[in-house]
Amino acid sequence: MSEYVFLYRGGEAGRSPERIQQSMQKWMAWFKELSQNGHVKDQGQPLERTGKVVKGSQKTVTDGPFAEAKDIVGGYTLIEARDLEQAVELSKGCPILEVEGGVEVRPVMKLSM
Amino acid sequence: MTETSEHLFRRESGRMIAVLTRIFGVSNLELAEDVVQDAFCRALEVWKFRGMPENPSAWLMATARNRALDVLRRERTARTFAPELGRFIESEWTLAPTVAELFAAHTIEDDLLRMMFSCCHPRLPGEAQVALVLHILCGFSVDEVANAFVSTHAATEKRISRAKKGLADSKRLFDIAAPAEVLRRLPSVQSALYLLFNEGYHGASPETAVRLELCQEAMRLTSILLKHPLGGTPSTHALAALMCLDAARLPARVDSSGNLSSLFDQDRSRWDQELVAEGLRLLGLSATGSELTEYHLEAGIASIHARALTVEDTDWKSIVSLYDALIALRPSPVVALNRAIAIGECAGAQRGLEAIRAIPNPERLARYPFYFAALGKFELQAREYENARKHFLAALALARNPMERYFLEQRLVTCNSASAQQAL
Repeated sequence: MSEYVFLYRGGEAGRSPERIQQSMQKWMAWFKELSQNGHVKDQGQPLERTGKVVKGSQKTVTDGPFAEAKDIVGGYTLIEARDLEQAVELSKGCPILEVEGGVEVRPVMKLSM
Repeated sequence: MTETSEHLFRRESGRMIAVLTRIFGVSNLELAEDVVQDAFCRALEVWKFRGMPENPSAWLMATARNRALDVLRRERTARTFAPELGRFIESEWTLAPTVAELFAAHTIEDDLLRMMFSCCHPRLPGEAQVALVLHILCGFSVDEVANAFVSTHAATEKRISRAKKGLADSKRLFDIAAPAEVLRRLPSVQSALYLLFNEGYHGASPETAVRLELCQEAMRLTSILLKHPLGGTPSTHALAALMCLDAARLPARVDSSGNLSSLFDQDRSRWDQELVAEGLRLLGLSATGSELTEYHLEAGIASIHARALTVEDTDWKSIVSLYDALIALRPSPVVALNRAIAIGECAGAQRGLEAIRAIPNPERLARYPFYFAALGKFELQAREYENARKHFLAALALARNPMERYFLEQRLVTCNSASAQQAL
């Protein structure tokens, strides 16, 4: 088994209470299925959409990130899968895909071969 | 999520907007809506990772309260919030306790009621009032309201935004502690709730689920009105009774294959006896005082149906006299049609046909499929198969959804086979 990080980008915003509730129910069902199948190493955390960005040797601090809404990371999960192909397959069930969001699947670098 | 929290977000949306509008003032309705949207987005983000909190409603309210405090602190110099709270909001000493008090659970029902009365401003047309109630108090999006009324997004959006602007311009929320004002506006509120219920019960929306939701929302809001010392008049009891007695029949309106079933064909064992009992109890409570409203009469009619074990058992004579009183009180072509149907049940198909033909200005029923369906039914009973067929075809052409269409097609099949039987 290898570890992968799912980064959730974009999605949601400006939807009716009923749709938001339905969306949440789908997320919960999806996480439940993933963990029942032993794929969830750490369910992860939601992230605020704003914060600070610190850059360069001057340690310049700015408000940010000023990415477009669709590119902002809203949370992450640590997943266990056989290989990248399986991890990608698992990500396809993510409800964020139904609301114009995306999942970035990134293998965690292995320490030793 | 459990069964009980179905539509939780919709309900909480109405509660949060009602409280926030009281704090921000009705002129900042849009700001209140933004705060609610924000609370839902946070709930979605946090709950999907950490699971539902033990008390989701309290979590949402606390989130909205904190956001409200942020907004008040940030904008209190730039904006005018609720005028009656002015100085409490201005001082940091009183701000947090004032907001906490307004978010206290025991005041929320009053806020809902205040908003309900504010939405039912007599200057707004009835449909606009109902759309506003659905949108603000029941948390329906513009699309969901459009869907419920079988209207377009554009038309509904226009109606809602115009009504919202009117509400925001009214400067102050309705004062539900002023007895004379409450009694003056009560008929508007009752009529909006009645319209909402009827849209669910008889409306043209093809989706059964939507219709059921509209009835449930109307009943929920009516029960809030009923609990208020000034709102719980005999006429409100009659309205609530009517809703219970009609809603009791809902489980039987659609048969096991998902088809529309008329009062005459329904499996009466599927009527909800708990709702029947509640309806009869409320009807009893409505019979105090001297006021006799259309809700009393309609609830009376519904109670006669509810008590009849079979169609043949029905006391049609009493129903006809209740319809007579209803027509005197509130003449309407649909009421006249229902009265004619009751006469037909009571005195035979010929008398029914005569009563239908005697309805003044029948052109007002020209787009109503059940006008032709009723004509067809009595012609069928009178063995005038060719006439019956013509009427059922006319009804079919006006059917508003697949369920109605199927229902009328079945009538046509019955008619054709009866006519074939006779030819043999």
